[in-house]
Amino acid sequence: MSTATASSPSSSRTTLRNTVIRLAGNSQDGIQSIGGFLARLAGRTAQEVMTYMTIPSTISGGPSIFQVHLGSGEVLSAGDESDVLVAFYQHSYDDHLNSLRQGGICFYDSGEVTELKQERGIHHIGIPFTAATVEAIGGSAKDRGKNLFVLGMLCSVFHLDKEKLVGIISKQFGKKDESVLRNALLAFDAGFGYSVGDVEQFALAPGEATDDGHRISTDGNQMLTMGLLAGGVRYGAAYPITPWSSIMETLRSELPKFGGIYVQAEDELSAVCMTIGAAFAGHLAITGSAGPGLSLKMEALSYASMAELPLIVVNVQRGGPSTGLPTNVEQSDLMQAIYGSHGDCPRIVLAPKDVEDCFYIAFEACQLARKYSCPVIILSDQALSSRIEAFHEPDLDKYWLEPELDISPRGEDFKPYPLDKITRHAPPGSKIASGKYPIVTGLEHDEWGHPSGSPKMHTAMTAKRREKLVKLAEELPAPAIHGDQEGDVLLVGWGSTFGPIKESTDRLRAEGHKVGAIHIRHLHPLPGGVEAILKRFKHVAVVEMNDSGLYGYGQLAMLMRARYALPHIQSVCKTDGLAYRIREIVTAVEKILAA
Amino acid sequence: MSTATTAVSTTAAAPADKLTKKMLTADHPTWCPGCGDFAVLNIFYRVLEKLQYPQEKIVCVAGIGCSSRFPYFMNTHGIHFIHGRALPLATGVSLSRPDVHVFVFGGDGDGFSIGGNHLNHAARKNIKLTYVIMDNFVYGLTKNQTSPTTPVGRKSKTDPTGSIDRPINPMKQLLATGATFIGRTHAAQVKHMEAMFERAILHDGFSVVECLSECVMFYPGAFDDSTPRKGGNFETIDETQHDVTDDVAAFKLADNLAPGKFGVFYQVKRPTKNALEQKWIDDTQAKLGGASQKDILRKRFEAMR
Ligand SMILES: Cc1ncc(C[n+]2csc(CCOP(=O)(O)OP(=O)(O)O)c2C)c(N)n1
Ligand code: SF4
Ligand SMILES: [Mg+2]
Repeated sequence: MSTATASSPSSSRTTLRNTVIRLAGNSQDGIQSIGGFLARLAGRTAQEVMTYMTIPSTISGGPSIFQVHLGSGEVLSAGDESDVLVAFYQHSYDDHLNSLRQGGICFYDSGEVTELKQERGIHHIGIPFTAATVEAIGGSAKDRGKNLFVLGMLCSVFHLDKEKLVGIISKQFGKKDESVLRNALLAFDAGFGYSVGDVEQFALAPGEATDDGHRISTDGNQMLTMGLLAGGVRYGAAYPITPWSSIMETLRSELPKFGGIYVQAEDELSAVCMTIGAAFAGHLAITGSAGPGLSLKMEALSYASMAELPLIVVNVQRGGPSTGLPTNVEQSDLMQAIYGSHGDCPRIVLAPKDVEDCFYIAFEACQLARKYSCPVIILSDQALSSRIEAFHEPDLDKYWLEPELDISPRGEDFKPYPLDKITRHAPPGSKIASGKYPIVTGLEHDEWGHPSGSPKMHTAMTAKRREKLVKLAEELPAPAIHGDQEGDVLLVGWGSTFGPIKESTDRLRAEGHKVGAIHIRHLHPLPGGVEAILKRFKHVAVVEMNDSGLYGYGQLAMLMRARYALPHIQSVCKTDGLAYRIREIVTAVEKILAA
Repeated sequence: MSTATTAVSTTAAAPADKLTKKMLTADHPTWCPGCGDFAVLNIFYRVLEKLQYPQEKIVCVAGIGCSSRFPYFMNTHGIHFIHGRALPLATGVSLSRPDVHVFVFGGDGDGFSIGGNHLNHAARKNIKLTYVIMDNFVYGLTKNQTSPTTPVGRKSKTDPTGSIDRPINPMKQLLATGATFIGRTHAAQVKHMEAMFERAILHDGFSVVECLSECVMFYPGAFDDSTPRKGGNFETIDETQHDVTDDVAAFKLADNLAPGKFGVFYQVKRPTKNALEQKWIDDTQAKLGGASQKDILRKRFEAMR
């Protein structure tokens, strides 16, 4: 076996606190799975980890990347620049070389990549991934398994915990045919044993040992689903769409264990209506989709506001409008979530800030839907849906809501729509002492649910539906400020931009600017106390992944300007369908400061 | 419910009252005097009196339309939903509450037009419920537009020179959906209607009855050809001659519905989705050895370590 053609990088062995590895190939090469193994390994060794991937939306495959940010410090983003690039093809090399930092290392398949660019002190290390894999496994493997070869190679280069990694691989492939696991390990060992030359300076520092509970690593869609299950959701219906589908798939296969049912409906209209049916029947129920499907649910969502039924709706946002960029990230459904229906129909809108928070947001959505008897929309996004992070396992003794169906008899004075109280429906099966059974309705109604066209009643009932959410706003805690508590610029974000905004804040402060950041998890209603925070900074920059629109403001910026009427609220937007890089935010803020 | 899905909080039930028409009567119907829907309502009271389900276990569901106002006139648990989507809503109720009886009411526009695709899927899934389509061949609530059952040539506000689109054949349409009970009746034939409703309700599965119900306001005389006192002919299906389990025969029987025959066109036994889902739940839970719900979720987290 030939040794690698390495132009050897500088010698001394250093310990990296953070390493960003970008794997670039085609989707069928299994780079997602080895990226996932690395992320899981990081979770098990108490390292921080965040991943980022692109997947072509065509099923036949195509260029695809998986980026893993491993570190023993706090990992907030998937990383702007990579330290290591693994290029499986010439096109991977050509497209991703510029993501590599100065002096970074590029491992490439020397049987595929033939034209190299010697630039920015990048170290090139050519290894025949394909040929060496075939040699290790035998001709029948063709080039399958080269992903594991690469994993083995990275394991030795970074001195990763081989035993744990082999354990993870065995768990994954052990379920299949014996030969599958054997071949996987053969490829892994070949990569591990392959002499890559003098690059041994990359040993990844182990994370601090943790003893308070277990660490898990998974993606946002999984955590959202777990939050719903912990929050007592047992019924619902949906229609498949990327990047929402994995939530409904998990609910469909998990709920029977909990005695519940998840229905695949014929379309999103039916899905939301079935879910409202389960809510009317007295259960906490959930539907979900991506942007296009949320649009289809809008009529029924207005109904749920009017009829005051608890309901959870998840929207895993992707690039729009229309089919748009189905596998990219965007935050362009905020206005749709808050205002996208006919009539005045107040509802709650929440957004998780990272993968771990998907659990807690979903759990909170369950509490709020029950408490305020109205729809709650969770705005997740494509980036959160698929990226893997490691964090502590939620404590189910603290976060657990027993599903409850309350069909106890209701007293003489039972009214479904009391003007002075939050609606608490009496689901079918409840006896009503007065003998007058309630009707749940979408027509404007009086306190007993009888249709009423009275101008007074419509005004009073509109206020009833609005005021409960005004009350909620008062109960919500003001967001905590990260960084400076007052100063030059306040960064405001929502959703999956949490990490990049926080990291940008740290970088700007290191540059000497007085910068703070708040993250809005409760988007509608906005929590109290925000206005005072905004006023403590010279500039407010709302950072969003959506268009600045006809008036120059992104969706949250527009709302905040309307809500607080503060002219120093500005907008930082982008529409490239990719997660924010730190550099992009820092540059935008520097521009604001210079103006 | 055979599995303890949810904690049910209820105190001891009072001795069962006998269910009477008086108890079942709610708001006075807002229908035009003479509307066929009155008779449907009256017969429904009568059938429920006969079946004696506990009042609190009866659920009436409807979309939007004159006929869809039905739940307001029933003193039972009810929900007046949105146009065309009563069936998905009722599906959610039926699947999540095996302890209640679900009845759905609506018009021809609600069921065959805006809600047409939901009908296909609720029927093929064989959701346990009973659905009465009050077919008046017109849009009543919105005041006289063409409906999917309006005959060709009939003038309406949207077809001022007469309808040009071929109407659907409700029986053939329903046969194609996979519904397991399909009946056809007439609001002016109360005895027949009563028998149809009762059989539909007692059917274990998705049962649907098309009930011709005259809109005296916008389409008076629509059903004279099947109303004997108006010189028409009300012909019922002779079940000694028609095998109700034979869908090809039912299809043939539905060839001409002007005015056609009345009765049960089709009825077969097929497991409901309700039962199939419950079986999946039972099989799944049997493998879990009585683990608590919290522990089941904990196991999921363990797999993510
Ligand atoms: C989304 C929506 N589209 C349209 C309407 C208006 N609309 C209400 S009822 C109806 C048709 C009713 O006809 P049908 O279902 O046959 O009931 P009928 O009044 O004849 O009993 C229409 C078009 C509506 N309420 N909602
Ligand atoms: S408009 Fe027609 S269908 Fe509606 S209530 Fe009057 S008669 Fe009945
Ligand atoms: Mg009609």
